Amino acid sequence: MNYTVNEKGFYGDFGGAYIPEMLHHNVNELKEQYLKIIESKEFQKEYKSLLKDYVGRPTPLYLAKNLSKKYNSTIYLKREDLNHTGAHKINNTVGQILLAQKMGKNRIIAETGAGQHGVATATVCALMGLECIVYMGEIDIQRQAPNVARMKMLGAEVRPATSGSKTLKDATNEAIRDWIANPVDTYYLIGSVVGPHPYPDMVARFQSIISEEMKIQLEEKTGKNYPDKIIACVGGGSNAAGAFYHYLDNPKVELIAVEADGLGVATGESAATTQLGSEGIIHGSKTLLMQNSEGQITEPYSISAGLDYPGVGPLHAHLFKSGRGTFIGVTDAEALNAAYELTKIEGIIPALESAHALAALDKLALSPNDCVVVNLSGRGDKDMETYIDRMPTN
Amino acid sequence: MNRLEHLFSTKENILNIYTTAGFPKLNDTIETIKELAASGVDMVEIGMPFSDPLADGPTIQHSSEVAIENGITLNIIFDQIKEIRKTVDIPIMLMGYINQLMKYGVEDFLAKAAAVGVDGFILPDLPLDIYQEEYKALFEKHNLKMSFLITPQTTDDRIKLIAKESTAFLYVVSSFAITGSKSDLQQGQLDYFKKIEAMKLNTPKLIGFGISNADTFNTACNYANGAIIGSAFIKTLTTATTELKTTIHNFIEPLK
Ligand SMILES: Cc1ncc(COP(=O)(O)O)c(C=O)c1O
Repeated sequence: MNYTVNEKGFYGDFGGAYIPEMLHHNVNELKEQYLKIIESKEFQKEYKSLLKDYVGRPTPLYLAKNLSKKYNSTIYLKREDLNHTGAHKINNTVGQILLAQKMGKNRIIAETGAGQHGVATATVCALMGLECIVYMGEIDIQRQAPNVARMKMLGAEVRPATSGSKTLKDATNEAIRDWIANPVDTYYLIGSVVGPHPYPDMVARFQSIISEEMKIQLEEKTGKNYPDKIIACVGGGSNAAGAFYHYLDNPKVELIAVEADGLGVATGESAATTQLGSEGIIHGSKTLLMQNSEGQITEPYSISAGLDYPGVGPLHAHLFKSGRGTFIGVTDAEALNAAYELTKIEGIIPALESAHALAALDKLALSPNDCVVVNLSGRGDKDMETYIDRMPTN
Repeated sequence: MNRLEHLFSTKENILNIYTTAGFPKLNDTIETIKELAASGVDMVEIGMPFSDPLADGPTIQHSSEVAIENGITLNIIFDQIKEIRKTVDIPIMLMGYINQLMKYGVEDFLAKAAAVGVDGFILPDLPLDIYQEEYKALFEKHNLKMSFLITPQTTDDRIKLIAKESTAFLYVVSSFAITGSKSDLQQGQLDYFKKIEAMKLNTPKLIGFGISNADTFNTACNYANGAIIGSAFIKTLTTATTELKTTIHNFIEPLK
């Protein structure tokens, strides 16, 4: 089985570029240039240097002793929470901003849900002195006030998406409409492994630094450059794609993707796309998505704004359908428990998204010989209000 | 001969009006199309409301949201067209997004559309290459025509390719834009229309996006076989104070 994208932008049955003709020129331009540019020596040098000195990479691979003891196995945390701006999102925005510059674009647009990708985009735009417009659902703007303030302080304009459900999917629609209306000077800096080809492949490549480092760090620490299992949460799927990337073709590594069950898969308040979804087109990509019998895309729910997306990237749809990936659902309550637990025993407050990956540990039959890496995609600063509201009383 | 072929081979200055199915009220589709035909409109496009209409501006987005709330479904649209076809013989095209057809089942959908009297489709997010590889044979089997879009950024070679596959008409998008009505056409747009005209394509052309009144309609007709009015019509329905029939009649009158 092949897990890399083919020439037409498909992973198995999924992917492609289902875009209006108005975007053909832009997407084609990107498709023709992205590999040439990002594989060049000059680009790689600039990219790696920014990752090291600006983002703070490599991020540690931390042996979580207390967590390991609890599960009676060996558990490492890949500390993406220690990146500048607090999540893996910046690995991608640093890469894409360099690409945008090389393509001569000077106006950057992005979508954001929780605001993490918006902040990471506003940050690199500030660094490069580029105009930045972030589309964000009107409802998310209310839910994520601190990140809205950060983006504004960084000089970005935050534009509310007021259509549809007024959340991430609508912010993405608005960003795409902006790109249609401004095709010449504008670069669309997408935040996950979603959207039309070549975005899923490009974002996966930028996030693949996570597993690139993991291989070296595991070799150093265990004498073996791969673990038995890798666990990562999946919203659109970029941190998971990065954590899985260099192990896709190694069948000894179980790839565990964790989706947000919300209040429970059967409650109607869930974002578990592979369980509730069916094949279709969302944001220019053929993939699994949540929709009703009329093909209307339905609104997902999760306590975690970063996992509150009705689709998954085409790579993950392929991993699911082919059986290469193991997909597990975690509810709001399970994720919250895992977050309080990690904080208490390891002194690390995880992002709510990452807490879903941690909670999956409870659902696996781990043996003492197992070596597991949990991708800790982000830190919990942005979620403090939720954590304080829900704090267990003892 | 398909209704579209007949129209384009016999008439110039074609007025094509877009309306959203199930808007403003669920069953207004029927009266709207009947009145458009009675007012002398040459053909109509019926929008199938979609939750995530990427190529549409705020006016049409809003009408789609209202229609979905009104309870519109694809089968209701088929029933409405069946009713319309009892008295209306102008070409009817459906406009929508490919996900709607995929979920319904493309083959089943096209068979039903053809059976109720649909003549063709505009599916903005169905790319030309995927149409050719996966769907073209099905459309042809049911004698359903297609219109694809071109924009000021489309290269000449690609325009020729798209024109060839556009068996209904070539949809000339007037500017870098999603749907939405602006009040006039700029010089750059006119130059672009002239360029397309000079290519002497065999495919009939309609100009769309930004056509909103008699002025812009007449200008567009100088460069193409006619034009499409969408957002301006929907805006009129949205803000109307007169009854539906009168509103439509008054909107179309100055355009004829
Ligand atoms: C910390 C964190 N983890 C995970 C995600 C989910 O995105 P993805 O699935 O693309 O990694 C987000 C998105 O905002 C996030 O902020």
